[in-house]
Amino acid sequence: MVKITIDNVQVEVEEGTTILNAARKIGGEVVPPAMCYYSKLPGTGGKCRTCLVEVAAGSEKDPRPMPKLVASCSTPVMDGMVVKNKTSERVHENRGAIVEFLLINHPLDCPVCDQAGECHLQDLSYEHGAEKTRYEEERRTFDPIDIGDKIKLHMNRCILCYRCVHVADQLTDKRVHGVLNRGEHSEISTYIEKAVDNDFSGNMIDVCPVGALTDKTFRFKSRVWFLKPMEASCACDKCSGNVLLWMFGNEIYRVTARKDKYGEVEDQNGKPGWICNTCRFEKKSPENWKIIGPRTINRHSVISQGKYISPRSNSTKNISNGNK
Amino acid sequence: MARKILLEHDEIPGIETYAVYRKNGGYKSVEKALKTMSPEQVVEEVQKSGLRGRGGAGFPTGLKWSFLAKPEGVPRYLLCNADESEPGTFKDRYLMEKIPHRLIEGMIVSSYALGSNLSFIYIRGEYMWILNILEKAIAEAYAAGFLGKNILGSGFDLDLRVAPGGGAYICGEETAMIESLEGKRGNPRMKPPFPAVKGLWGCPSVVNNVESLASVVAIVNDGGDEYAKIGIGKSTGTKLFSACGNVSRPGVYELEMGLSVEEFIYGDDWCRGIANGKQLKACVPGGSSVPILPAHLVTKTAAGENRLMSYESLADGGFASGSMLGSGGFIVFDEDQCIVRNTWNFARFYAHESCGQCSPCREGTGWMEKVLNRLEHGNGNLRDIELLEDINKKIEGNTICPLGEAAAWPVAAAIRHFREEFEWHVTHREESQSRNYGLLLKESLMH
Amino acid sequence: MSNTEIDIRKRHSEKPVFSIEKMAEIQSLISQFPEGKHKSAIIRILHIAEEEFGGWLSIETMDYVAEILSIEPIEVYEVASFYTMFNLEPTGKFVFEVCRTGPCMLVGSDSIISYIQEKLDIKVGETSKDGFFTLKTVECLGACGYGPMLQCGKKYHEHLTKEKVDELIAAYRSGEFPK
Repeated sequence: MVKITIDNVQVEVEEGTTILNAARKIGGEVVPPAMCYYSKLPGTGGKCRTCLVEVAAGSEKDPRPMPKLVASCSTPVMDGMVVKNKTSERVHENRGAIVEFLLINHPLDCPVCDQAGECHLQDLSYEHGAEKTRYEEERRTFDPIDIGDKIKLHMNRCILCYRCVHVADQLTDKRVHGVLNRGEHSEISTYIEKAVDNDFSGNMIDVCPVGALTDKTFRFKSRVWFLKPMEASCACDKCSGNVLLWMFGNEIYRVTARKDKYGEVEDQNGKPGWICNTCRFEKKSPENWKIIGPRTINRHSVISQGKYISPRSNSTKNISNGNK
Repeated sequence: MARKILLEHDEIPGIETYAVYRKNGGYKSVEKALKTMSPEQVVEEVQKSGLRGRGGAGFPTGLKWSFLAKPEGVPRYLLCNADESEPGTFKDRYLMEKIPHRLIEGMIVSSYALGSNLSFIYIRGEYMWILNILEKAIAEAYAAGFLGKNILGSGFDLDLRVAPGGGAYICGEETAMIESLEGKRGNPRMKPPFPAVKGLWGCPSVVNNVESLASVVAIVNDGGDEYAKIGIGKSTGTKLFSACGNVSRPGVYELEMGLSVEEFIYGDDWCRGIANGKQLKACVPGGSSVPILPAHLVTKTAAGENRLMSYESLADGGFASGSMLGSGGFIVFDEDQCIVRNTWNFARFYAHESCGQCSPCREGTGWMEKVLNRLEHGNGNLRDIELLEDINKKIEGNTICPLGEAAAWPVAAAIRHFREEFEWHVTHREESQSRNYGLLLKESLMH
Repeated sequence: MSNTEIDIRKRHSEKPVFSIEKMAEIQSLISQFPEGKHKSAIIRILHIAEEEFGGWLSIETMDYVAEILSIEPIEVYEVASFYTMFNLEPTGKFVFEVCRTGPCMLVGSDSIISYIQEKLDIKVGETSKDGFFTLKTVECLGACGYGPMLQCGKKYHEHLTKEKVDELIAAYRSGEFPK
């Protein structure tokens, strides 16, 4: 076991743990945000750079600070390491910059995006983004492509986290989509007209941090905050059958996996609770499910916070009251 | 200061063939190393030589070699980086085209030192004809018993292969190169782990530049101490510089480190001054990613000392008034060149070559390119200059690999030293479309 | 643009097949890599496939390469679309790839590019009406001291002038292999 201090809080973790996971062990404010890392998908992380933190002391043995900010999701802890996340002005400034980079080519179409309300980019912009854009150029757009009748790909919103590629690699028997082209022209695509259709392909929707991959069977049906999440289960031979139903009255609008506070699927019976496409897309009738009860989600979303307070200004005034 | 070690014999007809190369002392270092030295002794000589990586970073080669992990029963690989793509750099190409056996010889002794029994030369795909030259030379070396099983009866086996890239600057970054060698997109890896621990196919690997490996030949032949006597201070040995841009005689030159920059630009043995009798405006001494220097800081340091062709002297003054030796791609700008246009050009290069994996580089390089494009074409504002400086700072240090810095530095340095020229593009939008500031500046100075 | 339109532009009418000799060459290239590491040969095979099947990589060609390497087609698309040397759409018989990067620009690549455009009556990215030439601009090819320059096939043409461009075009058109 090694000892590490993050934002003045000490924690003991196993050797080889990443800074991010050490921070998650502490929980709360010291946890850096992660847009591409997904603990249930080995190989993810390091790309979005939102989880950058400052290493004020490398280790007990070599207490020199690291010159650059490091990606906490892919940097292992060292005994005696001192990390600054919330307490670092440098981190705050650079994270704001990363958010700006992620937003300059984002369509900002939250009003028509099904992800709104549970979008990690929306949360991040709320916490770190500037109120005005400095980007005067034309935003990048991609030709829409059809990847089948279950999943909608909206490439313009994609932040290239690669999570869905790892889902296809690790959960399905055959990957038909990937990252094509290079640099700012990189895109998620199948290249040829091909449906991404596989028993577990729907999990791509659950891991997508933004509205790039959404559920076609739920498209434009309702805003998520109008729905009531209910824990439910069914006997399924492909997956655990433990899901979350998003309901309005007696109607099931959407089925997703059960997710934790970091937006990752929870374990079911000791394994990541990925759900199959049959449960996700086919079982939309209450008879299909044994409804366990309402779920209180620690909703991380902008909308569910109920009031709009800008965390950057120290204002505690509610914007909805007309005060900025 | 004209001293040829690497390019010794480059003018002898037929030096690209095994027979002629061998007759001129070729492969002696292999005989010496395999028959009289242990691998550790070879590593020691390289450490003593003070040789620093010739690809651009200048990291001590011997030190890099000493990091190589040697777990039992796991193969180790030596990988030669021949993905020469840094704008302004065309030295490795010359060496491989002219004296391919020199690289092969260097790779044999280096593979022996590191314990690699299968080594690769990763060469940029556009150099396909050089790949053919190398494969021909490798076949000759196999036939002569310098490659293959039990080389010179030493018990050391080595297979040497050449693999082409497909057009991607980023594959010059060592982990991107390894990804490419594994048949994947050239996305740089997260570090740690470093290649010395987990490289090609997860095995410990060393990646060295063509020129570095070719330099090992002389180090083994003459000894590390002898090699360290060549050059100046911590810049030991000779270095290949590829001079281009507006010089009278562009080309590849081997020189002993420590030659003055003035001599290199104006001397008869070297570039012979600025082309067409013009004046020097600026110079990028180490490939497009290193900071540009205005004329007054090219031949002299800020302290007024002569600037020399060495790692230390070219970097003298830090980023405020110095640059870097980098890859040795020496780009010279005459009085008529437009710095804004060139900065945009370089920014376009880096945006084009970003792999797109991490957000600051993917988005930041494209953003800088677009802003510079506007400035160059008379559609910029004064606040764009500050914006560029800020984007720069936000890319630098925040990316997975050094391409972020490579893209950020040239823009930062151009604004640092030529700010008034950027401003002039805003204040004289129309005029900037029909003439260059360089010329204008000279005219105003004459009046 | 619909998917179907994109697909048509990127397809070959027939399935490409390597000759027995080429296949033997490819197998020997694959065997240069350790057991199980055959994917490493992909870039070199794509270069050969492009040369063999009309100077570009159609979906059929890439699927064929995937089959040879026993990998998923998407893995080939990912690689082929990353590296800029590969043409994913048909080109003219000869592709002029003119370097546009700094050092070449300093010695006049802009005017060479405009001259070729004018001469062939095409813009960058287009193919001449007779189908002979496609003009592309590329980033640094490592010929900075010998610019302006262009690459056509494996060949570098350096120290370009307008006269030299005229000669080149004439030579390629007449079927002579230019020096």
